[in-house]
Amino acid sequence: MAETTVAVAGGPALVLAGYEGEPLRSLEAYRAVGGYEQLERARAQDPQQVIGEVIESNLRGRGGAFFPTGRKASFIPTPDKIAKPIYITVNADESEPGTFKDREIMLKVPHRLLEGCLIAAHAIQSKRVYIYIRGEYLAEYESLQFALDRARDGGILGDVDIVIHRGAGAYICGEETALLESLEGKRGQPRSKPPFPAISGVYASPTLINNVESITTIPAVLAIGPEEYAKVGAPPDSTGTRLFCLSGNVERPGVYEAPHGITARRLIEEIGGGIAEGRPLKAVMMGGSSFPVMTPDDLDTPLDANSLGQKGYFIGSGVVCAIDDRTCIVQFALRVAQFYMHESCGKCTPCRVGTRWLVQLLRAVEHGSASERDLDLLLDVCDRIIGKCLCVLGDSAAMPVASCVTKFRDEFRAHLEQGGCPLGHDSQLDGLFAPVDQHAHTPVAQEALA
Amino acid sequence: MSRRTLNDEIQEVRTRYPEGTRSAVLPALRLAQERYGWLSREAIEEVAGALELTPAYCFSVASFYDMFHLEPVGRHTIEVCTNVCCGLVNAQAVLEAFESELGVGPGETTGDGEITLRAVECLGGCSTPTIVAVDHVYRQSVTPGDVPAILEEVRNG
Repeated sequence: MAETTVAVAGGPALVLAGYEGEPLRSLEAYRAVGGYEQLERARAQDPQQVIGEVIESNLRGRGGAFFPTGRKASFIPTPDKIAKPIYITVNADESEPGTFKDREIMLKVPHRLLEGCLIAAHAIQSKRVYIYIRGEYLAEYESLQFALDRARDGGILGDVDIVIHRGAGAYICGEETALLESLEGKRGQPRSKPPFPAISGVYASPTLINNVESITTIPAVLAIGPEEYAKVGAPPDSTGTRLFCLSGNVERPGVYEAPHGITARRLIEEIGGGIAEGRPLKAVMMGGSSFPVMTPDDLDTPLDANSLGQKGYFIGSGVVCAIDDRTCIVQFALRVAQFYMHESCGKCTPCRVGTRWLVQLLRAVEHGSASERDLDLLLDVCDRIIGKCLCVLGDSAAMPVASCVTKFRDEFRAHLEQGGCPLGHDSQLDGLFAPVDQHAHTPVAQEALA
Repeated sequence: MSRRTLNDEIQEVRTRYPEGTRSAVLPALRLAQERYGWLSREAIEEVAGALELTPAYCFSVASFYDMFHLEPVGRHTIEVCTNVCCGLVNAQAVLEAFESELGVGPGETTGDGEITLRAVECLGGCSTPTIVAVDHVYRQSVTPGDVPAILEEVRNG
């Protein structure tokens, strides 16, 4: 059974530096490629200076929000300003459909993640790091725990403790405040902000939350220097490299480290070897399933925040999932909507109810029982979700659905005219089962507890 | 086999978190489930007792997360990713192959209580579809043709 391809494509190896096909699991292997040298250098520096270097590099969050990593660290009060412990939580709850990069970091270069944590801990003067890893990641958890044990035995942690906390299956816990709730032993429902985690995060204490890839990039930034790092990619706003997650109907899917500004065309056609079986491309799930789909005419857009933003796209978590012409776009939108309906935590009405509406309407379109007015109703429901909830999960359902209706309206219309799917049962996603339809556990469990 | 009780294990987990917090709930529920296979009323009461919380609280947490089983499941679980990326490369056919080999649908357990089949959301293995987690260990690039061998391995394992 095939292994995931993990490679460097068209740029400097920064996050994956030193990885040559063998995971850098032992301390010796990681040290042989310069591992933990930047930690030593950082610890000899003033904490503010370390934050300054990260700010200068303009490293931005790789989890989806693209918030400047250094600035985020600078919001954390210094210990003399607040009489509470200061925490770091690493978001390793990687669950965005199409995203599989953080797990490769934890499998291939786990010590670099730990080094990033320890540098960040020095920078904000924190003594406690929680790494919240999604519950399904077993091999990744074991790899990271192995590396952590080696680092602890090697005396590298110093006075910082790192605890790996395993989730239990909930997409919403990748949302930072839901993650904090879950880490506190509660249902993973987002909090209202403010207060922001930098002031009141886990245990009502100042908390820095970073995605795995963001924090793993910190040692790489220090290694080449912030000035050099800021020249890589698409400066000034989208600096450095990132791990693109290439999947779908491509010949050579995988995790590819490439500089910001590379195009989806280059990723799909050159690095990915083109569309499988030479078929035409229909759409790209760009950034993740939470964002508007990209149409083939935008394939030459540089993958950086500004170029994508001008066309209404998002870089998200670096997802590039190619969808060929055999896929019914209504089925795609339906399956995406089912995912968010399943994962909605239920706290905000527009998301809880709106995602159900989207699923119902898309089902009706797919089965040919909808009317033209239902297409407008779909867009109207999307509009009534976007921006109206505590977190962005609802938006994440509405944005891709609205983009499908808007950009592929003719295909939606064809369903209405033909009384069903024009692709018949030939669509790749035909009849795709959604887990939301298998869950009956709540009533059963209530009965069990009665 | 260790003679340690669930309570011993939970007390050890509690030390990882600040006193007075409930952070040990998720790891404790996981320990209970690993021990008993699923979270029965008795298992939840045991967790609640060890953490000095109410069973209702522990149940409310457990019911939020997909990985906690609030009803009995088979000795083995087979979880097939049916999100978009796997779906584009035939996840549906893989799920159907398991259904027909096992004679159960997603969410159901075989009559002998051995295997529970589940469809799950994106497991994060999108470049090697279809991902199937067999007792939580990922199998990559699974095709319908691989299904009989996987089941034979599970049944003999």
